[in-house]
Amino acid sequence: MDEKVAIIEALVFASEAPLTADKITEILPGTDRKGTASLLEELIREYEQRGGGIFLAEVAGGFQFRTRTEMAPWIRKLKAARPAMLSPAAMETLAVIAYRQPLVKSEIDRIRGVDVSGALKGLLEKKLVRIVGRKDVPGKPIIYGTTRKFLEVFNLKDLSELPTLRELKDLQTAS
Amino acid sequence: MSYEIKLDIFEGPLDLLLYLIRKNEIDITNIPIALITAQYLEYLEMMRSLNLDLAGEYLLLAATLVHIKSKMLLPPVEGELEEEEGEDPRAELVQQLLEYQAFKEAALSLDRRPLLDRDLFTRGAPEEALSAEEGGEPEALIEVGVFELVAAFRRIVAGLERPEEMEIDAEKISLADRINEILVRLEEEKQLTFEELIGERRERRRIIYTFLAILELMKLRMVRAYQSGPFGAIRIFPAVEEE
Repeated sequence: MDEKVAIIEALVFASEAPLTADKITEILPGTDRKGTASLLEELIREYEQRGGGIFLAEVAGGFQFRTRTEMAPWIRKLKAARPAMLSPAAMETLAVIAYRQPLVKSEIDRIRGVDVSGALKGLLEKKLVRIVGRKDVPGKPIIYGTTRKFLEVFNLKDLSELPTLRELKDLQTAS
Repeated sequence: MSYEIKLDIFEGPLDLLLYLIRKNEIDITNIPIALITAQYLEYLEMMRSLNLDLAGEYLLLAATLVHIKSKMLLPPVEGELEEEEGEDPRAELVQQLLEYQAFKEAALSLDRRPLLDRDLFTRGAPEEALSAEEGGEPEALIEVGVFELVAAFRRIVAGLERPEEMEIDAEKISLADRINEILVRLEEEKQLTFEELIGERRERRRIIYTFLAILELMKLRMVRAYQSGPFGAIRIFPAVEEE
């Protein structure tokens, strides 16, 4: 293994949160962004070829070792915990925020056709959603958006990786 | 003692409307408004008779439906024949439904992603708030939704042959008793259909309490309901403790 690849492996392993390519570039001597990117690719490939229990995931703008989904049943036994789960109401609310952010609560209420206070509170507590600011209209309503943790939990590189809302597009072209 | 059961598994009036549209295999852009309004109101009435907490939003949509229905019955006002005639009174609702449906699907596709701490894990990460959630909002994992359960309930009630005679000395059952009874039976039998749980004595009161008990148990995540297919028997299983 290339020594630089080995260093990156160690850095990612030791990092608490997903490690950004920028941070790696900063630490590694004599590399630029492009160099780091190709070293990371090499490391990702190595883990793929190895076919072990973990892989190098690109999430929330950084890199992190994660267990492969096939390993989930065993790890659940290790952790002896119920898998994390969001209620359908929370998932719907989260989807609206993810796709329409930044937006105010009344807009989420309108789309879901119900008062989303409870679901929104839960999402804020789980740090999947955050307050991004206040809208400059009378009443100064709070604007919400998703967090970095949302990307981490849903295994997304960034928001552009969200699948597109097909039906909405069709609707807009039709009308 | 009165029990008020709030169903967090209901996703709201739009969800109910979408359910009715799917059930009737209707084209969402061409909703037969009279039929759907009638069915929608019927569901509301049923929920009310079950003492389910009906949020104001359900009533608001009922009013909207009735309003659209009345508009469609009226002949177009003179003078707005030209441009206005093309305006379908249902258009706004259809738009709203399509939008909601899109997000509902988006929510499902989000849930199908490999999720951290459910499908994949990081190195020895401390238990995050997502899984360590205790006593927060009830989060239902439900294989059979409440609509199917309500439909099963209706079929059984509809099967009652005659109105019950008033019995002053009727057997007193409480919801708590019924819940405990169901749990004991499930422990013995491992799985039971909705009908088996109701048993031989098909009294209205008993059926209703059984239904409410199952809803409560589903909410508490102590049982799970599965159905083999549309109109299949609903089977209730004890939820497996993963602790």
